[in-house]
Amino acid sequence: MRWGEIIRRLVLVPPTLFGVAVIVFVLLRVVPGDPISMMIPPGASQADIGRLRALYGLDQPILHQFVSWLGQVVQGNFGRSISVRQDVLDLLLTRLPATIELTLLATLIAVVIGVLAALVGILARGRRAEWAVDGGVGVLLAIPDFLWALILLLLFGVLVPLLPISGRIDPQVEIDFHSNFYLIESLLTGRLDVAAALLRHMILPALALALPFSAIIARLLKASLVEAEDQDYAQIARARGYSRPSILLNEVFPNALIPTVALGGVQVTLLLGGTVLVERIFSYEGIGNMAIDAVINRDFPLIQGLVLTFAVLFIVLNLAVDALVTLLDPRLRHG
Amino acid sequence: MMSSLSRRSILQLAGGAAALPVASGLLGGGAAHAASGTLTIAYNVNLPSFDPTVGLSAVNPTIQSIYQSVFDPYIGQAPDLSFKPGLLTKWGWNADRTKINMELRKGATWHDGSPVTPDDVVWSLQRAADPKGGNPIQFVWSKVGNYKIDGNTITGDVLQFEPTLFKWMAFLTGYILPKAYYQKVGAEGFEKAPIGSGPYKVDAFERNAFLRLKAHPGYWGGKPAFETVVFKFVTDPTSRVAEMESGGSDLTFEIPYEEFDRLKAKPGLAGVAKPVSDIAMIFITDIAPMLDRNVRLAASHSIDKKAIVDRLLRGYGVPISTLEAPGYEAFDPSIKVAYDPDLAKSLLAKSGYSPDKPVKFTIQTTRGFKPKDYEMIQAIVGMWRKVGIDANIEVYEIAKHFELRARHALAPAAFYNWGNAIGDPSTSTGFAMFGPSPHCAWKGKDLVERIGPLWGEKDEAKRIAGYKAVDKYIAEEGEVIPLFQYVQPIIHKKSLKVVAQANGMILPQLISPA
Repeated sequence: MRWGEIIRRLVLVPPTLFGVAVIVFVLLRVVPGDPISMMIPPGASQADIGRLRALYGLDQPILHQFVSWLGQVVQGNFGRSISVRQDVLDLLLTRLPATIELTLLATLIAVVIGVLAALVGILARGRRAEWAVDGGVGVLLAIPDFLWALILLLLFGVLVPLLPISGRIDPQVEIDFHSNFYLIESLLTGRLDVAAALLRHMILPALALALPFSAIIARLLKASLVEAEDQDYAQIARARGYSRPSILLNEVFPNALIPTVALGGVQVTLLLGGTVLVERIFSYEGIGNMAIDAVINRDFPLIQGLVLTFAVLFIVLNLAVDALVTLLDPRLRHG
Repeated sequence: MMSSLSRRSILQLAGGAAALPVASGLLGGGAAHAASGTLTIAYNVNLPSFDPTVGLSAVNPTIQSIYQSVFDPYIGQAPDLSFKPGLLTKWGWNADRTKINMELRKGATWHDGSPVTPDDVVWSLQRAADPKGGNPIQFVWSKVGNYKIDGNTITGDVLQFEPTLFKWMAFLTGYILPKAYYQKVGAEGFEKAPIGSGPYKVDAFERNAFLRLKAHPGYWGGKPAFETVVFKFVTDPTSRVAEMESGGSDLTFEIPYEEFDRLKAKPGLAGVAKPVSDIAMIFITDIAPMLDRNVRLAASHSIDKKAIVDRLLRGYGVPISTLEAPGYEAFDPSIKVAYDPDLAKSLLAKSGYSPDKPVKFTIQTTRGFKPKDYEMIQAIVGMWRKVGIDANIEVYEIAKHFELRARHALAPAAFYNWGNAIGDPSTSTGFAMFGPSPHCAWKGKDLVERIGPLWGEKDEAKRIAGYKAVDKYIAEEGEVIPLFQYVQPIIHKKSLKVVAQANGMILPQLISPA
């Protein structure tokens, strides 16, 4: 992909987001169940229900509601959450950092495990160890992230209680943060004890998200390594007397990395989607956990804000992956 | 050159970052344990909003435990659903029910140290009655107005008689809020830093993670046993079980009964299981084939409720025959709907149905919303099949149930659970079976005529007797199928003494060291 292609895709971002906004807005109002039906107390009359509908603007035609909401969104106002009763954008900005930190940590763990598994697999090619690595990767891939979450919860929370299983930080701990990027802030300010406390809470949810992703990386990278190892430049290096590990690390690996980043990078969006259930299981305070409550409560403004946020994240991630691939691959960079 | 540098940079970054957790001493220390003087509760729902009188959270019964830890209701409620003095020490009507009078407790203070005044009470009631205020129970509070204050006594004019007015003062949206503080900080400010007059004050809140409370030293009811209370929001039942097993929490509830039996047998843990004011029921909608009395009664008599409770709920449930559970004011043990499959068969035969030629209809249910809800309906459909009822199960979300019910568009039969924390018959039989109510599935004139006069009945004894008669009539006509009263499983550390509340609330002020 050339830089021009990335610019072209940037231009397409606003219409894409508009399409997402239309779909989520209309779907929410067509599917049965609205926040007022969740709120009707015993004894409410039809007039009481009508009064509540009017209070939240749900008595207006859908088109009117959409135009009004979109006009506010363009000005940076995502509306007010019906259940939380706070500004949606504020809520999203408060909670998004927790999910971003979790996703980054999970990606990091997945990359480490995936790359190591692929390298061990390729170094042990044709031997029993390769089968063992492939088998292990298969197991990691076969179990979805939310099941890993439950397995890890029982394993390290109950059987061998080494790590906390809920929240982002101990409720008894009194720490002031200037931003909502708790982990990054504590690392940058040198508060390593706080960072360790945060990591202790994050490690299990991050691992649950990382394990299936690491298997994808391992498979993609190993396949690329096998293909790259058979290329002429690798054969020539071997003929010149370089050792196999040296050829693999210095010649084959950098070239095999490009297709892995291109294909694996897209999987980060799936990992982000996985945070919804995993955050719920570990009571982690990110936007995934908040999304479930928003759906249960039929909190239309919050759901709309969340879907748009996820859409923006997916677009940014895909663009970042494309840019990274362009950066890594000279053929794409120079056309 | 640039590309090779970039690749190297990326690899170096990845390697360096991967080493970080090891350097941080990540695995040092075990799982979190409750600190001394701290009570940690693994709570089953999140707390969306702090204002207990407005919006969706205000009518969510599950959140009320948290609200009642921070805010005081006008009137208190004892563990057996009876009412007791709260911030109001006296309350009542005048002889002809045209005025109400209330007396405010002296010496109560807000968490900022300022006194709770009669002005706070009047402001809270007027705010609740404001149609634009967003209080979902506004239609109750708006029935009284023209308040007057004389010392610590408040009087008001009854604009429309509401027999359950004082009962509502102990439950949903029935809280006194600080007028001066609220007006100073506004709605947004109150959400960020709420204060009440309850036994605990808010110390820290991490949305969807935890709420930390500290004891209110000036609480009128005496200082609670625990200085600090932490509500951990652990919405997944498996995670709540794990919280107890790992020692991360001191108490949890609403877990599967199998897990309750397993955990209470473990050393260091104990269990309490008491019936609560929540029942399982099947709504009958007045559409074909339910317009046929024989079909309705057959559907009722062919359900073995005891078998369902014993086999699916491990005995944790109390079979019921009316919408009034034991402990409710209009509960009448003499009303019985017996399990009698032979009677069900003969009733169906009268309408031309048999196991070979069954009557067909749809029954709607949630799946996983309440313990074993879907499995229960499967069992009921199996029992029905034996007598000549062929029911098709349709699974839906609870939000869809609410909307269909409000539109009177439920299937002929629909499973639901009905809570009634104030134990009044108007908030069970009344709203569930009175045609004009949006909660009612059976819109028949027969019940409108019977329940209608009871809304405004000023003689309390006559009102309760009237509801008992209505319940008897409903049972004889099979216009709803009450199933059983739920039992709430609470697991806690043996070092705690827990008082179970019939309204299902988990109140930290009622928990103390054993």
